[in-house]
This record gives sequence, C-alpha cells and structure tokens, in this order.
Amino acid sequence: MLRFVLTRFVSLTLSLIVASLVIFAVIEIIPGDPASYMLGLNASPDAVAALRDQLGLNESLALRYVDWVGGMVTGDFGLSYTYKVPVSDLVMQRLWVSLPLAIYALVLSTLIAIPVGLIAAAKRGSATDYSIMGATQLGIAVPNFWFAMLLVLVFAVTLRWFSAGGFPGWDAGFWLALKSLTLPAIALALPQASILARVMRSALIETLGEDYIRTARAKGLSRRQATVRHALRNAMIPVLTIIGLQFSFLLAGAIIIENVFFLPGLGRLIFQGITQRDLIVVESLVMLLVFAVILVTFLVDIAYAAVDPRLRRGR
Amino acid sequence: MIALETLSVSIHGTPILRNVDLGLETGKITGLVGESGSGKSMTALAIMGLLPNGAEVSGHVRLGDEDLLSLRETRLCAIRGNRIGMIFQEPMTALNPVKTIGDQVTETLLIHGRATRREARDIATDKLARVGLGQTPLSRFPHELSGGQRQRVAIAMAIALHPDLLIADEPTTALDVTTQAQILDLIRDIVTEEGMSLLLITHDLAVVAGMTDHTAVMKEGEIVEQGETETLFRTMSHPYTKALLKASSHQPERPPLPVQDPILTGEGVIRDYRTPRPSLFAAPGRFRAVNAVSFTLGKGESLGLVGESGCGKSTLTRAILGLDPIQGGTITAFGHRVGPGFPNALRSGIQVVFQDPYGSFNPRWTVERLVAEPFHLMPSPPADRRARVAEALADVGIEPTAMDRFIHEFSGGQRQRIAIARALITKPELIVLDEAVSALDVSVRAQVLDLIAKLQAEHGLSYIFISHDLSVVRAITDRVMVMREGEIVETGATEAVFSNPQHPYTRTLIAATPQIPEDWQEKAKHA
Repeated sequence: MLRFVLTRFVSLTLSLIVASLVIFAVIEIIPGDPASYMLGLNASPDAVAALRDQLGLNESLALRYVDWVGGMVTGDFGLSYTYKVPVSDLVMQRLWVSLPLAIYALVLSTLIAIPVGLIAAAKRGSATDYSIMGATQLGIAVPNFWFAMLLVLVFAVTLRWFSAGGFPGWDAGFWLALKSLTLPAIALALPQASILARVMRSALIETLGEDYIRTARAKGLSRRQATVRHALRNAMIPVLTIIGLQFSFLLAGAIIIENVFFLPGLGRLIFQGITQRDLIVVESLVMLLVFAVILVTFLVDIAYAAVDPRLRRGR
Repeated sequence: MIALETLSVSIHGTPILRNVDLGLETGKITGLVGESGSGKSMTALAIMGLLPNGAEVSGHVRLGDEDLLSLRETRLCAIRGNRIGMIFQEPMTALNPVKTIGDQVTETLLIHGRATRREARDIATDKLARVGLGQTPLSRFPHELSGGQRQRVAIAMAIALHPDLLIADEPTTALDVTTQAQILDLIRDIVTEEGMSLLLITHDLAVVAGMTDHTAVMKEGEIVEQGETETLFRTMSHPYTKALLKASSHQPERPPLPVQDPILTGEGVIRDYRTPRPSLFAAPGRFRAVNAVSFTLGKGESLGLVGESGCGKSTLTRAILGLDPIQGGTITAFGHRVGPGFPNALRSGIQVVFQDPYGSFNPRWTVERLVAEPFHLMPSPPADRRARVAEALADVGIEPTAMDRFIHEFSGGQRQRIAIARALITKPELIVLDEAVSALDVSVRAQVLDLIAKLQAEHGLSYIFISHDLSVVRAITDRVMVMREGEIVETGATEAVFSNPQHPYTRTLIAATPQIPEDWQEKAKHA
C-alpha cells in the first residue's frame, strides 16, 4: 500500500511539472507581447516597457520559468495587474469561499445520493425506483441558476430563513458563514446528487448480480446484509470516480451560482481576470486549479486502493 | 435426509422444473446430470430458496420435519449456510474480491451467531487447513489465490457449520483436470468424514461415474431416469441417458487423409511478456509464455495441442495467427514468415474459431456480414458474396435463409457452426480451433465434431485443435503436442501418446481425467 501511494505521488509530481510547462508555454505562445496585450490597444510604449519590466519579460525563458515556479512554491504568485495586490492574497480570499462551498455541496450531494441510489437499486423496478429515477432526471435537467433563484424566492424572500446572497466572511462567525453558503450549496448539490445517485444505482445493480452476492446469500445472509456487506464497497469505484470529477468542477465551475448569490468565489475571479486581461491572475488560477484536479485525482486513486485490494500493488 | 417431492418451478409462466422427485440420503452422494438448460442449477436454487424473481414454485422440499418451500425468508436465512451449504461453479467470481478469505469464511460462522469473533477465526483456520490451505494466511485476498485455491476457500465456507446437505453446482467445470481431480477427492473425503449428503450437479457423466452413489438424469426440467449409479450406467434404460453417454464418448468418423508437405512450421518459437517493473526505476521483468517451441503441420493433418490453463496454448495460437510478435524463432506458413509483412492473400488461408459462441460475434451485424467478413483479406472480394455465404452456411448445416438474421437468434451450437462457416468462407487451408467445442453440451459437441471431421475430408483442411479436454483431442487429431509451462513436453501420434504416454506430465494428465469404467458402458456401446 505504501509503495502504491509513493508511485502515485511520483506520478502526481510529474503531472504537475508537465502542467506547469504547458501553462507557461501557452502564455508564451499567445501572439504578441503579453504586456501590450494586457494594457490594450491604446497603451503608451512607456507603459508597455514598464509592465514588461515588472513582468520580468526581458529575462531568459528558462529563468522566467524557474522564477514563476519558484514563486508559486513559496506562495508568491506575483502582483495582479488590475487589482495591484499580490495574487496570492486575492486567491486566498476567494479560496476561503470556494473551497468550503465546494466541500459543502459535495458532502450534501454524497449524503443524498448514496442512500437514494441504494434504495433505488434495492427496490429496482418498483414504484419507488421509478419515482427516484424520475426525480433525478428532473434534477439533471433543471438549470441550476433557475433552481437557485427558486431557492432564493422561497427561502430568502418568502420565508426569510436565509439571506438572499452575499458572504459575511468567516470572521463573522462559523455558523453565520455556513448559513450564507447553504442555499448556494444546495443549488450546486442538486444536479450533482442526481448524477451521483444514478451512478450509485447502476453500479450497485451491477454488483448485486455478481456471483459473490449469490455466494453470500447461500451463506445465509439476508438480501439487506448481502447488499450492505458485500455489494456496497464493490460498487464504490465508479461512485468515487464521479465524486472526484464533481469536486474539481465545483471548485471552479460554480461561477453562475456565485453570481446569483453574490459570492466572492474563484469562478468570478477567473471571469474577472479574463475580461480584464489580467494574465498573471489567470495564469496563477489555472495552475492552482490544475493542482487541485491533480490532487483530487491522487486522493481518488488512494481511495480506490483503500476500497479494492487488487489495486494496491504499485505499478 | 432431504427429499424433493413433486417440485415444480416456472418463471413468468415458462415451466423450468416439472414434478422433480429426488431423495438425498445422509452420507450419500447424489449426482444430478444433464445438459445446459435442463434445470440442474434451478433445482439447487429451489432447494436453497434462492430462485430468481418471478419464479413460482410448487411441491415440497423436506428437510427434517420442515418444508423449506413454506418457510419465511428469515427462517430460510437461518438454514442457508447452516444446514445447507453450497459451492458454485466459478471460483474466480464466487468470492468477494474486496474481503479477505478469513473474513469470508468467518462470516458464515458469525452470521449464524455460532461463534464469537475469536472462535470463528480459530474455526476458519481449522477449516482452511482441512481443505488444504493450512499454509495460506487468513489475510489473503481472493485475487492472490489460484482458481483451485479459491474453490477450496469456497468449500471451507460451505462446510464451516457442518451442514446436513452440501450442494456442489459444477464445482470443477472451470478447473484444470489435475485440479479437478484434487477438488473432487477433497469433496468426497469431507462428505464421507463428516457424514453429509452431497448433491453433485454436473454435465460430465465421467465425474458422476467416479463420484456418486446415486444418479439422476435430467432433461428439460424432468428427471428422466434415476437409480444407483453403477446399475444406471450398466442398464441405461432411458434412451436419453443412452444418447448422452454415447455423445460423451463420441468418435467422429475420420477417413485417413494422405498427409502432404508441411504448410506450417515453427522453429524455436519464443514469446515473452513484459511484467510490471519490480520497482519504479528497475527494468521491467519478463515472463516467457512460450519457450523454444517447434512444430510442423502437414496439409490435411490435424494437430492437437493440449495443456492446462496458463501453459501457453493460447499464446502460441496468437503467435501462429500473427496476432502477437514473437521474440525468438520463426513461424512459417505457406512458405512465408508469419509477421507484420505477411501477405493478406495468404492470411486468408488461415482462419480461426474461438471458444465462446456468445462473445465472438458482433451482435449488431447480420449473419451474412459476419460470415463474409474475412473477404476483406482477399485482394478483390468476390462479386457473388451472398452465394458464397450461402454455400459456407450450407457446408455447416445452417439454412441459407439465416443470412439476414442476427446472431442472438441462434443457439450455442448453431453459433459455433456459423463461426466455422466464417472460417470456411475464404476457402482456407488451415483452421485453428481454439477450444472450439469446449463450451458446448455433449450432444451438440458430438455433432460439431462430426462436422469438423466431415469438412476436413471434403476440403482437405489442416487443423490445429487446441483443448484442455483430452478425450476430444483424442477423437479428432492425428498428432498431439502436450504443453506445460511454455514448453512442449511430449509430441507424437495421438493414439500412441494416449495409450503409451512417455512424459510423466502426460501420464498425470491422463490419470487425472475422469473416466467411466469400460465395463459399465457395454450396454450403451451396443445400443
């Protein structure tokens, strides 16, 4: 197992190096001069030269790459051109909104999807199964911004249980902050939970047809015991895959929901970075998200091995 | 004593079992034989109360003074695994891959509340030792064991609570002959020692003859004949039993063909597989699956290749077909070296028929398209495609009207005939038959073997016949090669090898093959 973790770790490091090279190269490949691109068409040559200097564009390629990577490793992402503050500060602020929100939504989605999928699979073909399948179909089909507005209408405007948007910050108190993330998390979790429940159901149905379930029943286990003890863990592999993909998506893909609820999250920062041509912000954020995706993949791999002993050998 | 009385089962209105009466006496071994779909496994599942959804059952299954069919599910759970244990066919999939074998054996004890966790581990250790796995730690996972070892674990699970009845459903069908012999011996010893009844379900008459006290023959959900095993074999009062026995030792007629010049030769063929790197920066290891194998095959000759699973038979076949590169030696077919540069026109002269009649066809293609597929090997596909397909189908005894149908409409035997038609379509000189009859029932197998022999005589075909089944190889080949761990250990004329094996391994293989005693078969032979 330890060897497996080590091999996966080496592969994680290699992926990161490759990703950083690609991102760096893409920024380099962008036609024209990043500095004049960032400043727009009407920039004066002096301003461009100053920015070039600030960006370190006059140095050699290799040195700039090393600087950039070295900076990131030590937490120095450079200075945002538009905000005139260190990118790391910007990112950290936003991360404290986006990361808890993503985790919140993922926990909600998993807590809903796994039991729902389990029930649907156990009662396959029954009215319960059909209703659950219908509901998940709806959950996937409904656009989440519309669902989010519906939530605001019901729980914020009418019932006044939650505020309609904004984020008070974690300094305002843990519960208050969590409360303000609740509606966005529900809006994000709905489609994810629908997808996950369907995956859970089909994985479980497949597993329930396996020979070892029959063996378990022949040993005297009831249907429920055989499902919980033997089928559940075997059905987890595809579920873990989807959870991993969903987490990466939730971290940066929540931009619409962030807008609906006026949350200062990563999605909005990327969007602003792109519209304002703040390449340093975009570059850093892309690298950060790549890092997050690779890290999640690494964790999912470890989870696979924890679930299935056949995967524990180092490859 | 367990008694089945007028047991009938139907699934969604289709009758599966009809009025089955069978007594399983304490300490006795009862064999239930029949072809696939005859209802053998359903009988076992009916006893266990594990029939699929939608099954309607009538009759009685008496265990002591209880009728299992009238019991509630909770009571049945208390009986399964406790008073009735069961072993299944597929050792590779019958164990949960994510749980240790120790956990799986102790689960039987724990679920019935018959032992504390600590006691259960001790009993599991004992039972695993009893099935010959004394050296295997409880912490092993199923994937770390061989098929035979897994079947031993399954047996340990089934006997952990000393059940009154043990049901073994084709327990050795998926195993090699030598492993089969060991597992059958083990089951017999345990049953005798512990005084259990055993219901042994199998398609193999020879296994029944060697193992059981009492035999029941099943056909289309009915028991057509049952009785004391030796008497049953000697008298053979029912025509179906007779036909079954005859088919199982079927000898197709093979007029001797003049063997001509070799069309296929192999010299010192070596095939290595790369194995995972032992550590991250070490060179990958290698596994020699085929080691310096040489052979020749003359035109019109039929060459057998036998050996147990993992011996390299299939790897050698893939090399001969040019599907995999070889790392040493040469394979020559029709005077050309088999490899990347092998001309397509010649490639159409070698065709292959695989084992699985279900998996080896694209389900979305018509039979015409399936059979005509090898035409793409020919420089110019013939214009009379439909006529050629019809001819090939007629050759294998399938109506040409089948051309526009899809493969799921055919039975296993018919599919295998269509696979042979596909192999014949390019008028090849050599057909490789890779376990081509292994998945078929005995009566269908006999027909397909006849067909294979007939086609050889008509078209002067050469065959390479790969099988783990010695009796089939003996019936259909002129020469045979015995393969073990990548090497050919013995080769020679088929009859000579089988009647007077030279290599100890060949002797082991032949000795391990179950056989019906010659004098039991007198009646069937003269029928």
